[in-house]
Amino acid sequence: MTIDKDTVTRIASLARIKVREEEKEAWAKELDGILGWIDQLNEVDTGHVAPLTSVVETALPMRDDRITDGHCPNEILANAPAQAAGFFVVPKVVE
Amino acid sequence: MIQGETGPWDVIVGMEVHAQVLSEAKLFSGASARFGGAPNHHVSLVDAAMPGMLPVINKYCVEQAVRAGLGLKARINLTSIFDRKNYFYPDLPQGYQISQYKNPIVGEGAVEIDLPGGETRRIGITRLHLEQDAGKSLHDQNPDESYIDLNRAGVALMEIVSEPDIRSSEEAALYLKKLRAILRYLGACDGNMEEGSLRADVNVSVRRPGEKLGTRCEVKNVNSVRFVAQAVDHEARRQIGVLESGGTIRQETRLFDAQKGETRPMRGKEEAHDYRYFPDPDLLPLVLAEEWVESIRASLPELPDEKKRRFMKEYGLTAYDAGVLVAEREAADYFEQVAKESGDGRQAANWVTGELFAALNAANKGISNSPVPAPQLGALIRLIKDGTISGRTAKDVFAAMVDTRKPAARIVEEKGLRQVSDAGAIEAAIDQVMQAHEGKLAEYRSGKDKLFGFFVGQVMKATGGKANPAVVNDLLKKKLAG
Repeated sequence: MTIDKDTVTRIASLARIKVREEEKEAWAKELDGILGWIDQLNEVDTGHVAPLTSVVETALPMRDDRITDGHCPNEILANAPAQAAGFFVVPKVVE
Repeated sequence: MIQGETGPWDVIVGMEVHAQVLSEAKLFSGASARFGGAPNHHVSLVDAAMPGMLPVINKYCVEQAVRAGLGLKARINLTSIFDRKNYFYPDLPQGYQISQYKNPIVGEGAVEIDLPGGETRRIGITRLHLEQDAGKSLHDQNPDESYIDLNRAGVALMEIVSEPDIRSSEEAALYLKKLRAILRYLGACDGNMEEGSLRADVNVSVRRPGEKLGTRCEVKNVNSVRFVAQAVDHEARRQIGVLESGGTIRQETRLFDAQKGETRPMRGKEEAHDYRYFPDPDLLPLVLAEEWVESIRASLPELPDEKKRRFMKEYGLTAYDAGVLVAEREAADYFEQVAKESGDGRQAANWVTGELFAALNAANKGISNSPVPAPQLGALIRLIKDGTISGRTAKDVFAAMVDTRKPAARIVEEKGLRQVSDAGAIEAAIDQVMQAHEGKLAEYRSGKDKLFGFFVGQVMKATGGKANPAVVNDLLKKKLAG
């Protein structure tokens, strides 16, 4: 697997990370290295092994259907860069 | 099938329905899942995706998904996995939606739809999975900014995906209706489309009969049964228009405009979505005990299809009447009470689907607020059956019951509507009518049989409409014959 500059641009845009043009080559090399390592792992035949979902034998904990949280709009909005009338305010998004 | 300029086209529809789980709290947090509320009040730090917060699944939501799966006659997957669906949007604070991708909680099932002719068709269900709802964006408060309310963020949704088995706009509407009825019977979702508890996305494509599937377009956010039918119709005709004029269909997402009754492409970049699903490391696989699933199965109520079949068998109803009655659980329960009280299922069905529904419609009321309680309607039908009043008089009595809320028997007494079955009194009336219309009598006797109706009318008039019609017919035939 080889990662080119276009792929780097695409991944960066999906992750909303700004990557300067001159950095892309270096990123491509680094990501390529990671994928190379994963390719190496893929050489091991794991067809007969169930996927490891946890290293501890434990079940997914569940909660009861009760209202135990919320009603803290001030805390929720405390770090918002902008707010108005109890809402978060963000640059216009229209679809 | 739709007839185009150049020949017939098959319409192929598949639907994705998002149904909000009827729960107190959200899927992964203890914040309220109730509709509305002051902005950002039904939000916990988990829903706002504050660093370090961990999701803990709501057991009741899992139970409701299993109930829904069982109601759709579907396979329940005892192990399912939650995945992250990654995308950025301001109303999605996590930057991903927790959903289920490759291993949903519910697999293949089916919904039976009732066609107008009384036949049924099976629409396959591909899957049902649990996922989080997003928050709400308000775009009209300010020209340059959008406002975000996270009250809905994290509320549990069931996404129910159908096979592309639907073949017309009518079937699409019937499918959504039936799905809604099943979810409401189960209590898994309130089915309220105005509040968005049930939302439909419709996938539409067209093809020449016998050819392979065409390219589909997805129509988003169709929020009523009527709009689903409109959206399918409009979208199918649009695609046929494009293809018949030599164009090709581009796979795209479109929005339904309810005001214009048409679909239009969604604005903004149509860049291919790349959600980069991967298992959510915050959540272990969801493993269900078989005994738990079986205990849920044992607690299921009688569902619309079974109820319909039972009504047909037990009360001798037509498929159509039974289908109308079971569409809402409240109507079915009401009918059954009337049937038991009156001892006559067919009459009960006629009265409920006829007079009662008309009265409720006129008053814009639901059956749970009916001005006439079920036992009273049953009592009215009993009065017809034991000959106290005629079917015709009963309609007037019913109207009076709606207006005054008095029981039928009292209205009959107060207004003196008791039917006259006494042969002597009716014969006297017949004699009087025959005397008054000697000319017509002669005509009748010389072979003008059609005048029989005229005499019936006159006798009824003479008795103030209270004469028992069967007795009148009987006696009149004899007397007129001379």
